[in-house]
Amino acid sequence: MKPGANARASLLPLRLDDVAFEVGARRIIRGISTTFDAGPRTVILGPNGAGKSVLLRLCHGLLLPTSGSIGWNAPEPRGGPRRQAMVFQRPVMLRRSALGNVMYALRHAGVPRAERRQRALAALRKVGLEDWAGHAARVLSGGEQQRLALARVWAISPEILFLDEPTASLDPGATHEIENVIVALHAAGTKIVMVTHNLGQAHRLADEILFVHEGCLVERAPAERFLKRPASREAARFLEGELPW
Amino acid sequence: MMLRYLGCKPESCTNVHITPNAARRKSPLNTIAEAAGQAFGLVVAADPRLVGIVLLSLRISLAAVVIGCVIGLPIGAAIAVNEFRGRRTLTVILNGLMGLPSVVVGLVVYLLLSRAGPLGAWGILFTPTAMVIAQAILIMPTLAALSRQVVADAWQEYREQLLSLGETRLGAAATLLWDLRFSLVTIVLAGFGRAASEVGAVMIVGGNIDGVTRVMTTAIALETSKGDLPLALGLGFILLAVVLALNAGAHVVKETAQRRYG
Repeated sequence: MKPGANARASLLPLRLDDVAFEVGARRIIRGISTTFDAGPRTVILGPNGAGKSVLLRLCHGLLLPTSGSIGWNAPEPRGGPRRQAMVFQRPVMLRRSALGNVMYALRHAGVPRAERRQRALAALRKVGLEDWAGHAARVLSGGEQQRLALARVWAISPEILFLDEPTASLDPGATHEIENVIVALHAAGTKIVMVTHNLGQAHRLADEILFVHEGCLVERAPAERFLKRPASREAARFLEGELPW
Repeated sequence: MMLRYLGCKPESCTNVHITPNAARRKSPLNTIAEAAGQAFGLVVAADPRLVGIVLLSLRISLAAVVIGCVIGLPIGAAIAVNEFRGRRTLTVILNGLMGLPSVVVGLVVYLLLSRAGPLGAWGILFTPTAMVIAQAILIMPTLAALSRQVVADAWQEYREQLLSLGETRLGAAATLLWDLRFSLVTIVLAGFGRAASEVGAVMIVGGNIDGVTRVMTTAIALETSKGDLPLALGLGFILLAVVLALNAGAHVVKETAQRRYG
């Protein structure tokens, strides 16, 4: 089933209007306005401490903006099934089997009990964890846990998926597997919004790039153009400083 | 030499007539040895009165732990995952109530259940039911306070993930209680230990009636006041052994499960 193919109105686009976020006197996000449309894979780039992760959490609703507004085209009803998901840098697994973890996500996505097992197994197959279905999730390796986190996402096929540096603590092999799943999720119709500061990953996965610097959205451009000829001075300096792939 | 065991200096005891024989009988070392022997004898003989007392103790304390957990653990978890005004005050009060003196609990339950009390019509004063109620009230703050701490620590790690998956606060509390089940075993054991070892509350609301409400701790208190120290101590050994055995069993279960689930 393709997300958005059903009768419900789409969540997207997501509109941010002059969004700011402050902790005490520290302004972490300083008035960002932008729109996330269905379709292209969006990668948020920027140096450490630029506010990328906070921006992602604001979009996902884990943080509330101190000012400005964040609005979905057709918001999820409160307490209703989830149609958006997020993958964190370090996945958190429950003390149950890999299958149990995926079924837990399905329950909260409003999937009827009878269908959960089947869909969970299909999702585990997608990420190559079908042989680990009965294993305790918390004793899996870091890469396997991150794939399990993506299986959780795959099972509920959300309209939009936020990823916060999902491969930051993984080796190249595991990173490659995760990137493959992300590409497959996008091909199946899920909007991808990913934070990274790895230029190689941005190059491989991004259709468009949002460059965030000191809490401001400095530049938004197609990935190809941005990585070759950044328009802003901050972005140019960032691209020079970062070790590319 | 025997006099030293009694804590007397020889010169201060000159006008006390203690025969060497009497002194030996009262020596604490001998009492302990005799108590061990007596405890062993009681266990080997499976004295039916002793078995009755041990089983009643276990039944009452286990029932109190079940009730205490059913109420205390969800309260602790709910306080841990919800942000509300007065949460800190509530936490401090809860932690403080862990030190609730058991005689005070006994007295309050006694007043509630006594004939003239608000619940006097139930007619359960001086029954095992009253003892269960008193012990459950006694250990509930301990169970709630300790589980609040464990759940609050885990909530730091789980919070964003669970909320992202669409979990409600109360749902998260239930999920975390299940997820932390192995850590909670220790807390439940602490609750059981407190219930099984307290004497004040069960003495007041149970009345220490032979064959009806006499449990290990009240039997020990009684034998001590009667002067039968070996029997009192022997019962103490058995109580200790029961609590240790339960703890050891729970520990093995916990370790095995933790290795399996991570």
